[in-house]
Amino acid sequence: MSVLVYVENAGGKFKKSTFEVVSYAAAVSKQLNTDLIAISIGNVEQSDLSNIGNYGAKKILNVSNDQLKTFVNQAYASIIAEAAKKESASVVILSNSFTGKGLSPRVAVKLGAGLVDAAVELPKIENNVFTVKRTAFSGKAFATVELTSAIKVIALNPNSYQINESNDVAVVENFAPELNDSDFGTMVSEIVRASDKIALPDAELVVSAGRGMKGPENWAMIEELAKTLGAATACSKPISDAGWRPHEEHVGQTGIAVSPNLYIAIGISGAIQHLAGVSSSKTIVVINKDPEAPFFKVADYGIVGDAFDVVPKLIDAVKAYKAHS
Amino acid sequence: MKILVCISNVPDTTAKISFSGDNTQFNTTGVQYILNPYDEIALARAIELTENGKGTVTVIHVGDINSEPTIRKALAIGADDAVRVNSAPRDAYFVSSQIAHYAKEKGFDLILTGRESIDYNGSQIAAMLGELLNIPSISIVKKIDIDGSKANVVREIEGGKEILNVSLPFVASCAEGVAEPKIPNMRGIMSARTKTLDVIEAVSVDELVKFTSYSVPAPRGSVTMLLDNEVEKLVNLLHTEAKVI
Repeated sequence: MSVLVYVENAGGKFKKSTFEVVSYAAAVSKQLNTDLIAISIGNVEQSDLSNIGNYGAKKILNVSNDQLKTFVNQAYASIIAEAAKKESASVVILSNSFTGKGLSPRVAVKLGAGLVDAAVELPKIENNVFTVKRTAFSGKAFATVELTSAIKVIALNPNSYQINESNDVAVVENFAPELNDSDFGTMVSEIVRASDKIALPDAELVVSAGRGMKGPENWAMIEELAKTLGAATACSKPISDAGWRPHEEHVGQTGIAVSPNLYIAIGISGAIQHLAGVSSSKTIVVINKDPEAPFFKVADYGIVGDAFDVVPKLIDAVKAYKAHS
Repeated sequence: MKILVCISNVPDTTAKISFSGDNTQFNTTGVQYILNPYDEIALARAIELTENGKGTVTVIHVGDINSEPTIRKALAIGADDAVRVNSAPRDAYFVSSQIAHYAKEKGFDLILTGRESIDYNGSQIAAMLGELLNIPSISIVKKIDIDGSKANVVREIEGGKEILNVSLPFVASCAEGVAEPKIPNMRGIMSARTKTLDVIEAVSVDELVKFTSYSVPAPRGSVTMLLDNEVEKLVNLLHTEAKVI
């Protein structure tokens, strides 16, 4: 028996959500008193592979092949399922990243396994009942789901589990499962990454703005505050609907749910649909000129004031803080 | 071109979420149900792709008779016909299995879903369908262009996008950007009443997961209000008290 974790890379490098998912899987393997095996697909450097041991994996299977350099959903799912069989995995864990969302359902079906996605806590295992807590109703609630299948698949939400580091090294084992031509139905022709920006789903700090900014031409101060803090930028639904900001910045019930350490909401009133997407943020700061804005009710810190006055002062204050720390 | 769009019936985005029966059931009292917003986008793109006699759009839904207003809305928006699998949508694997069973030999060129439903937020259906039907699936799609038997698809990744080539048939889960939702016009609403809505019975599917209970997030502590000239204090509190910077 074992626990298998898929370690996703972006352009050959492991991401923060990868270290989170390995730390989580290591804790699950301890609960089950078994070993954690990782599997990497794509071209990742040996030192990065063995470094996965730091987060609790004993061994890492390395599938490196030019055909698999970019993401191929079906082939990756087949390989992960093969690895699960080879290692007699009873639990398979992936990140609920954009890529993980495409992979975990296919892996689960291949293994005849139940799947809990959007998981936010370690499983509870009592009297052979295995349950996992996940988000539901777009952040307005949690659901506890029991996995009744022999093999279980869990997809962990990014930013929901603390990274645990040690000084161990994972044994790297090359793994070359047979590939099936019919698994190569999709072909990546181009990858576009905004290299100078922090990706919103992974961000620890988020600066978000809404209709209070009056127009897209006023976003320079939002971007400057984000840049000064090292934060990602986000917005409310009316802003992306109006085309002031791209859709991928839309946070809320019909956009994306984020769970950063710090969410700064500027000129956003706090409609229930927006609050759903930010409710798992650790700390919320609200800046709004309307003292009755509903967002203040869920905030940790609030400033009633005009964004055009407060934000430039805040940028200066953050700069001063950064200069001294 | 034949397109199948999978739709779900979800609580309105403004609905207050509460649970009954010792937190084991979603409390539906007073809750309005709507067509899942992402499914609306998927449906809008399907209609665009089949406009001017270029094909047909079938919508499929797994749910009981109470979902029929939502199915009629999809027909009013412009779907050609509809199928309802008469069963509670127990879980994603159950729903995918029902849709796969229906779609298996119907020759659909494209199957679209929303990126997730806004109630259980599973984003599992598209990829499960792909696996069950043994065809490609692409999750969280922002753009779909079809050229003959091939498609050019853009999917979202963290901090960017991936552009993919794929041959039909395939499954895609649609996110914002794929299309603008369509508002039904009077002609659509009138014709929706007479369009075909087939009801079929569910096939039996193994139960692999069970929703056992629900909870709501703990209320947040009280807010510390600062004056609009106390930005240094805010930065200081974020560092020393909240410890987030």
